[in-house]
Amino acid sequence: MSERKYTDQHEWLQAEGDLITVGITDFAQSELGDIVFVELPEVGAQLSAGEEVIVIESVKAAGEVGSPLNGVVEAVNEALADAPETINEDPLGAGWLIKVRTDEAPDLSGFMDEAAYHAFTEEG
Amino acid sequence: MTADELLTTPLHDLHLELGAKMVAFAGYEMPVQYAEGIIQEHQHTRQHSGLFDVSHMGQVEVKGASAASDLERLLPIDLAMLPINQQRYSLLTNDAGGVRDDLMVCRRSETDFLLVVNAACKEADLHYLQQQVGRETCVKLLADRALLALQGPESIDVLGSLAPELKALNFMQAAACDIAGIHCFVTRSGYTGEDGFEISLAATDSLAFARRLLGFEQVQMIGLGARDSLRLEAGLCLYGHELSEQISPIEAGLDWVIAASRREGGAKAGSFPGDRQILQQIAGTVSRKRVGLRSQERAPIRAGTALTAPTGECVGTVTSGGYSPAAGAAIAMAYVANEFAKPGAELIAEVRGKQRSVQVVELPFVAHRYI
Repeated sequence: MSERKYTDQHEWLQAEGDLITVGITDFAQSELGDIVFVELPEVGAQLSAGEEVIVIESVKAAGEVGSPLNGVVEAVNEALADAPETINEDPLGAGWLIKVRTDEAPDLSGFMDEAAYHAFTEEG
Repeated sequence: MTADELLTTPLHDLHLELGAKMVAFAGYEMPVQYAEGIIQEHQHTRQHSGLFDVSHMGQVEVKGASAASDLERLLPIDLAMLPINQQRYSLLTNDAGGVRDDLMVCRRSETDFLLVVNAACKEADLHYLQQQVGRETCVKLLADRALLALQGPESIDVLGSLAPELKALNFMQAAACDIAGIHCFVTRSGYTGEDGFEISLAATDSLAFARRLLGFEQVQMIGLGARDSLRLEAGLCLYGHELSEQISPIEAGLDWVIAASRREGGAKAGSFPGDRQILQQIAGTVSRKRVGLRSQERAPIRAGTALTAPTGECVGTVTSGGYSPAAGAAIAMAYVANEFAKPGAELIAEVRGKQRSVQVVELPFVAHRYI
């Protein structure tokens, strides 16, 4: 598995070949507070980068998550329907959101590494 | 408004120390939640005892030989029937029969009343009261007082161990007493649907007092986020949502707030702002009513969401909505056309382009547990 990468929208991505797992960061879950509902796209849905495809609702607010890449939804984390709080508990692990099969070999070089993302959240 | 311009309460440093997330609320920087999170804080309050800093609210003293009659010109209340150390919920109505603010009135003596008003309304209320009362009546904002709420079933054990006389208080009764050596004015009331207390004390005493209460294992600090989810489950109105200048108390289902003596045929009928409209609505009907809504799903249906009938016509609007830990589902309050304001009516809420079915239910969502 490749190194985890981060977007300026507080998502993380991790590649296994052309299959990319997407989630939200610990910073994002902490900002949102208790998550009570997640709306995920259908398996098979075609995504384009930037398109808002996931809704995460916390007790405080609704947040939308855009697709970081072009591709097709290969899997969604079904367990979140009954236990959305998993995102709070384990955002980088069991709280993953979707897996996207990218159209071409994914190029994640434009995203931040952990150190850069850490600096990004520190800037506020 | 920038963070620099926000006011703070006397417990501000304590909130930061406890890891609170601070947000702007009614001109104050206030804790929305602490490290444990809103749902845990909500459940802690239902099961044990939660301490809330509500010092942003306005504590207004109205004093003088004519204070009672002055207040009766502004509130649909009967103060002759209000004993000393008894509190009532009431409304500052406007001339159109809407609501300027909702508040608590407590009689401290024959001629001395303590009002607790909403933070966002307090300057306007103060100005209005000062303008409306007679020259002999003194209206003063008690800016040097803090207000704390201790809510939940174990609150009586905590406060009762420090001041045994508080065990004798009934719901909505008040007492001036010393708690842990600090002089307090306590009412047995709150905004969560649970048994509990609101404690007014000198701002300078409030930090020591809060720390003393937090020393009890039952007590945890609770933020505004859980305060809102608790009051929503309890079906209690929030000014600016279920109550406003454009909403009448009768539409809000607060008929009981209009004292019998201030109604048609009563000894002191009318003679409060908006009396004609409000008394007409009591005798007749209103076109919309406040209701509870329940969803089978978890997705919150937030304030402002339009409600439609199965036929597709728009019949109402959500005024407060969120996730109910008790129901494990989304709940909301809304104003809907009269014909749909009955338990069992099915409506559709459109949330981000998706139609979600909701059912009208009786309020409150969670039964009150006042003593």
